[in-house]
Amino acid sequence: MADFDTPVLKPYPVIPPIEIGSMAHSKPYVAKPDIQGKIGFPGELIDNWQQVAIDKMGELVDNSRALRVFLDSCVKCGACTDKCHYYLGTSDPKNMPVARQDLFRSVYRRYYTAAGKYFPGLVGARDLDQDVLDEWYSYFHQCSQCRRCSVYCPYGIDTAEISMAAREIMDTVGVGQKYCNEIIGKAQTIGNNLGLPQPALLNTLEGLEEDIEDETGVTVRLPLDQHGADILLVTPSADFFAEPHVDGLIGYAKVFHQAGLSWTISSHASEAANFGMFIGSYDNMQVLAQRIREAALELGVKRIVFGECGHAWRVAYNFLNTLAGPFDFLDPNYPMPQHICEVTYDLLQRNALRMDKSANDDKVLTFHDSCNVARASRMGNFEGGQFVIPREVIKASCNHYYDMPSDAIQEATFCCGGGGGLLTDDLIELRVKGSLPRMEALKQAVDDHGVTHMAAICAICKSQFSKILPYYGMEMDQIVSVHQLVSDAIQLGGDH
Amino acid sequence: MSLLTIAFTLLFYFAALVLIIGLGLRIRLYAKTPAPLRIPTTPAPLTTAGVVGRMFFEVTLFRSLFKANKWIWIFGWLFHAALLLVLLRHLRYFTDPVWSWVALMQPLGAYAAFVMIAGLAGLWARRFLVDRVRYISSPSDHLMLALLIAIGLSGLGMKYVAATDIVAVKAFFLGLMYFDWQPIPGDPLLMLHLVLVAVLMIIFPFSKLLHAPGMFFAPTRTQPDNAREKRHLPTRAATRQAS
Repeated sequence: MADFDTPVLKPYPVIPPIEIGSMAHSKPYVAKPDIQGKIGFPGELIDNWQQVAIDKMGELVDNSRALRVFLDSCVKCGACTDKCHYYLGTSDPKNMPVARQDLFRSVYRRYYTAAGKYFPGLVGARDLDQDVLDEWYSYFHQCSQCRRCSVYCPYGIDTAEISMAAREIMDTVGVGQKYCNEIIGKAQTIGNNLGLPQPALLNTLEGLEEDIEDETGVTVRLPLDQHGADILLVTPSADFFAEPHVDGLIGYAKVFHQAGLSWTISSHASEAANFGMFIGSYDNMQVLAQRIREAALELGVKRIVFGECGHAWRVAYNFLNTLAGPFDFLDPNYPMPQHICEVTYDLLQRNALRMDKSANDDKVLTFHDSCNVARASRMGNFEGGQFVIPREVIKASCNHYYDMPSDAIQEATFCCGGGGGLLTDDLIELRVKGSLPRMEALKQAVDDHGVTHMAAICAICKSQFSKILPYYGMEMDQIVSVHQLVSDAIQLGGDH
Repeated sequence: MSLLTIAFTLLFYFAALVLIIGLGLRIRLYAKTPAPLRIPTTPAPLTTAGVVGRMFFEVTLFRSLFKANKWIWIFGWLFHAALLLVLLRHLRYFTDPVWSWVALMQPLGAYAAFVMIAGLAGLWARRFLVDRVRYISSPSDHLMLALLIAIGLSGLGMKYVAATDIVAVKAFFLGLMYFDWQPIPGDPLLMLHLVLVAVLMIIFPFSKLLHAPGMFFAPTRTQPDNAREKRHLPTRAATRQAS
């Protein structure tokens, strides 16, 4: 369909020579005025946009130590230049993290530093004009905010912070991205990114209950808006219908069922993902976070558990308490919030789940560490638990598990290529090319260990891989949910 | 007092003031700027003590850079470690009597100057030879390396080629410190060395040299990973409410 070539998988990773401007044409659809207006931004590029943008930049820097320090600290050492999956997949030098930062930094220097005011050419400072704005729109929508660069930067500079700020500035002057902003509007008014209203959700969950009963003969409930339940499950709305996501949701339900836990989904907060983060908008992020608090209070739950979702887990784990806390009305004996993998892992540790690993003997598994779980959050009560716990859950569900090469997993993991608000068909070329490093690592595991399936704990990763795997000659169903494996292996009912 | 001595006296007072005040203001700004959200790059230490450990290895061994790129690491680490030794060696011009350990490490500091220049040369070579690094280099990035190498070479020149009157140099700097101004020797190499050092001091608070204080304020490295245990208090309120 698209007029580009899928990159060739090489037997070992190669840092490509730069190809200037090779992705300059990549631009997502611009949001229409009604979409912008719904979430508090101007409908189209405003008249005095330059001044407004420059003022907004100053405001953001004044309110973010990260931004302020990152804009000063870079020495252009080059450590990050070969770390971004979009650079590795596209060869466009503006996809090197430092060059992406410099799109922003060059403007910051021009207006906010002495060096840039008096010696712009010397320090690479630029006026903010239409060309720069166009470049921003293109390349700040070629960053999935995966934080891989921040692991390797000697000063901890995180390009994600700069991408978020740039997107917020663009939104402020009326240039928003359709995909993200439309979704934020839906989530704020209906409760989830897909715009599924309460009756549709109810219908879907009842259908899943029937499916489980047909398959296992056991009645497993998927309750919606059940007052007095102990646990509020907040999960990405893709879990309600997309493959392989929905198999994961069935897995959560079976885990809760087997452990005898009382739980519910909320139609008011039927979305774990918080796209407010992708556009750097604290306000929009907070509106979405508040819905979770409201649902928890309304339903009278004691715990909040999040389903398999990467960036959502970052917002939940690190930001929710700040944005919508304090959550002192919940049971303090449980972490707030808790990840579904932590719940399952704890139950497995206590032998509260009966697992038959041979149920997954038709598969050889590997695990894709989702970027924002790996580098922006944690699971468990120890450093690096986010790497151990999902793997232990997988290993408890299957007999054949192998890791991908060490430079592509854990803190060094590559983004799927569709994170950070880029999971849209108008960016398909970027998504295919950006997944190259992950595909090469997967291919390695396939060749070395006969891996057949890759498990993930992120709705974006799952959707992205379902779409991308065929471009690289693999099957779309080779991506599975971690709780899909749990679902297959778990033995429901009494003694067998 | 000669015009030359007056000029250098004023230059170094000016440079010192710019460095100290400029850096002080910048650090105060970093410290006062709010960090609205928890953003440690994980896996991260769970405690403040752990963060101190993380930063110790970042500062002394450049741990993240080591993970990133061995060439940049070896050149960068050698340059910085050697620079530290060279600076320590120079303490003898500012202390009387000279501390014994400073006296002992003098030869080490002299050799370190060669290592420092080698490290800088390696870093500079990358700016020409590696296409990605060439792409991201601004004129100022080249000039910074040129400045540091010129300081190193002019210093080595005085040690091995055209010696200057270091007793007089020491008297000049002690004089600056105790406001008892002394004449400065008029050797060209010394003039060059000192002017370049003053330039470095003056541009420090306005340039990428701010990476030195900046790294201690990067929330990605300096925040502990304890968001669930300890609520990170919001530093701003939403301007818009849910409908």
